[in-house]
Amino acid sequence: MTNPYLPNDTDEIRQKLLKTIGIKNTDELFSDIPSTILLKKSLSLPVSLSEAEVRRAVEGILKKNSTVKELISFLGGGVWPHYVPAVVDNIASRSEFLTSYTPYQPELNQGVLQALFEYQSLICELVKMDVANCSMYDWASSLAEAARMTSRITGKNVFLVPHFISPERITVLKSYAEPAEIRVVEVKQSANNGQIDLEDLKQKMSSETAGVYIENPSYLGYVMNNASIVSEIVHDAGGLFVVGVDPMSLGVLKPPGDYGADIVVGEGQPLGNHMSFGGGLLGILSCKDNPYYIRQLPGRVVGMTTTIKGDERGFCFALQTREQHIRREKATSNICTNETLCAIRAAVYMSLMGRKGFETLGNNILIASHYTAKILSEIGGVEAPSFKSEFFKEFTVNFDRTSKSVDEINNRLLRNGIVGGHSLKTIFPELGNSSLYCVTELHSRNDIETLQTKLKEIIEG
Amino acid sequence: MKEFRQAKWHMPTIFEIGAGDRSGCELPKLDSVLRQAIGDPSTFLPKDLMRTSPPNLPETSEVEVLRHFTKLSQMAFGVDEGFYPLGSCTMKYNPKINEALANLDEVNWIHPYQDESTVQGALELMYKLSCWLIEITGMHSFSLQPSAGAHGEFAGTLIMRAYHKHNSHLESKDEVLIPDLAHGTNPASAAMAGFKVIIIPSGIDGCIDIEALKNIVSKRTAGLMLTNPNTLGIFEKEIVEISKILHEEGALLYYDGANFNGIMGKVRPGDMGFDIVHLNLHKTFSTPHGGGGPGSGPVGVVEELDKFLPIPLIQYDGEKYYLDYNRTYSIGKIRGFYGNFDILVRAFSYILTMGAEGLENAAEIAVLNANYLSKRLANIKGFELPYDNERPRKHECVISCSKMKRETGVQAKNVAKRLIDFGIHPPTMYFPLIIDEALMIEPTETETIEELEGLVDMFAEISKEAYSTPNVLLEAPHNSSFSQMDEVKASHPRTLCLSWRMHQRMKHEKKD
Repeated sequence: MTNPYLPNDTDEIRQKLLKTIGIKNTDELFSDIPSTILLKKSLSLPVSLSEAEVRRAVEGILKKNSTVKELISFLGGGVWPHYVPAVVDNIASRSEFLTSYTPYQPELNQGVLQALFEYQSLICELVKMDVANCSMYDWASSLAEAARMTSRITGKNVFLVPHFISPERITVLKSYAEPAEIRVVEVKQSANNGQIDLEDLKQKMSSETAGVYIENPSYLGYVMNNASIVSEIVHDAGGLFVVGVDPMSLGVLKPPGDYGADIVVGEGQPLGNHMSFGGGLLGILSCKDNPYYIRQLPGRVVGMTTTIKGDERGFCFALQTREQHIRREKATSNICTNETLCAIRAAVYMSLMGRKGFETLGNNILIASHYTAKILSEIGGVEAPSFKSEFFKEFTVNFDRTSKSVDEINNRLLRNGIVGGHSLKTIFPELGNSSLYCVTELHSRNDIETLQTKLKEIIEG
Repeated sequence: MKEFRQAKWHMPTIFEIGAGDRSGCELPKLDSVLRQAIGDPSTFLPKDLMRTSPPNLPETSEVEVLRHFTKLSQMAFGVDEGFYPLGSCTMKYNPKINEALANLDEVNWIHPYQDESTVQGALELMYKLSCWLIEITGMHSFSLQPSAGAHGEFAGTLIMRAYHKHNSHLESKDEVLIPDLAHGTNPASAAMAGFKVIIIPSGIDGCIDIEALKNIVSKRTAGLMLTNPNTLGIFEKEIVEISKILHEEGALLYYDGANFNGIMGKVRPGDMGFDIVHLNLHKTFSTPHGGGGPGSGPVGVVEELDKFLPIPLIQYDGEKYYLDYNRTYSIGKIRGFYGNFDILVRAFSYILTMGAEGLENAAEIAVLNANYLSKRLANIKGFELPYDNERPRKHECVISCSKMKRETGVQAKNVAKRLIDFGIHPPTMYFPLIIDEALMIEPTETETIEELEGLVDMFAEISKEAYSTPNVLLEAPHNSSFSQMDEVKASHPRTLCLSWRMHQRMKHEKKD
């Protein structure tokens, strides 16, 4: 029997192919590879398995994971548990989307192109910008590319970022910035409420500032209350204002387009994408309708057009002369394969949620997260939230005034089937014994109260 | 000739359907105790932090949304719908067992910051996959972090940069050499990593011109990026010599794994002398392209470069798997977390299915199929196989329509578009750049001989049409959802429309 994926691997067909090619055996096809480097023996890999055996083997390995469906988890910090409607999974498994290539043939792949145009458009509505690209790899790489974009637009090379930023994002930003000779400089934030220190910002603004980046809500969950002032300061100095968002907050929180953002980045995972151990993310990258910005946009972007005959509306890639396959070393980025299927998922998700959905979702999350903070802070020595600012779905909890360390608390919670908040001990040591808790629409009252009961036992018991 | 008909829907955009107050999903009900305890957010959130009007999103029911996107999918075309001989993209079959496994709860519902003890399965899978990739390529270690081939190239060129910086000669080593045949991502990645790009010409045999290379290599050379087999489908037979020339100058050799499918199990980049390798799991290891991603582009290195790999690396201490962040010389990170995990699960499942023999057979059959096509297509009037047509190709071949264009006016693009009418996804067009009127054809190993013969018949039919009724070709495709798109209009500053918002504004401005 042949391997099911190799239909021509029979003696008869191999002979037929060899005969047409005009050679005696397959080795002749590899005769131009120097014999000194040809593999002399088979690769040392596990023997091939049947489908049933593969299923058993892979399931056997993956069963060693405990999912956050079985555990009650309060982890967020860049990847968050949100419900993925069944319709989203259904559309994403349509073979025409799943198994197609990038739609460089617009006549044959109109469906992918229109879905991507709609993704771009829906993102623009949510963040209140005019333009969005088809996706970047994730929030971190969107931020990194946005920083390089500000430098190309302004011809300057300093990029300011807040002190309390995700370690994933700052590390990625620095990897991308260094070879472009962009200097990444931190702006102080208040230890009390986490807000941007405006005096420090003003001091660090210079004629070299390409852009200033803030996150709203911040990595630590609180909402920025001085974003419009930051915007004014940045623009007065001739820099660009880049804002990072959690799209799930934008049904209730002010969108960055309303407080002066030039470029918006963010993580689209919560928009209908599974957490998948932090894989298959979706980098949002959006900007204002300004030809100087658009010309410097990285990645693919779909435009509305018509057929050449002019009789029908249609879609195809626009402005490809920015991209690597045409502009090569002068391209705005090297990105080609991006996260299209995740973007299609996001388009379906945003369509399902619709005009009212994001507001209801945002309000429900706000209530649940505030309820959590409220009942946690009733435990002796627990401070929640520890930053004195408004917050959305995440907030920091400080345990300094308990006798327990975050590690000890999290270990004991885990033994009780609960995954506590992400420890901030090594990332921001100045915050002491703190962790970042995340509450979404998936946390029931029982989940939240179980957390409180167990925490109380651990801390007071 | 079998004709193809793609579904044709006159589709409004999602913004043009629905009706006020409709919704496509029901959110979990909020417990009344919570609401009573906290109150409405408008009572405690300052007004100036809040959104003043709801976003202009659709108001559509679940059924409307489902049908909308289902119909859009019917106007798309994947490997499951038909033959996709798209050169350099390795559009092989995407096995369904891999999909089933990648959609398990144990994949979808794990969080990257979970305690390592609760994600041992994920870490074990990633660790074993990287061990297999090490064996398959002959490298020392692998990072699974990059999300795509170009992303792997970026990681690789950053490693090149870190290596030269570490040896204190980045100042003097600032050039990366790239053959004129290379994928566009190579020069773009090298430039992103801060290098100057120097182009090396190909010789008349379609391989790197060794004399030209010797003249170009200098103290300034930081590295060479090479695809082998190259984009003509030809194996760079002087690879050992090339490696020697580069290494003698202290430069590194980078392997672009886009074409690895043609040599898998036959020869390894590590044995050819490459220092850095990326593989495209969405090409060689059968994971789906998803209309343009997510992909996965793991990057592997020789021992000397191990310390520069992105953090974290997955390690095994004999008892448990863990994430190793303690790597002083690492280039850092190029994306959040650890890689496109769901794609890694698929590739893992594929390698388990194939085993060593299966992978080698896959490469053999892919090469047999490509050579069968190159032989037969080059014999059809109007088509030629430029560059050493006696040499075997590997995974793909590049056919030129230059003669046909001269004699009939029919171009590569027209041939490509006409294939659509027969239910075939067009080959890669106008690439590599050194071939006039190029069609780059990669059949892969998963197509039947009947499918290959069908393609040959279609080329023969198209040739007949070109020399008798060329108009039918110039206006192709006829059977897809849409006829040719106006790509100029899509990019023209006056008609540029990149979102529904821009469309609404343009409509409004027109009225004024």
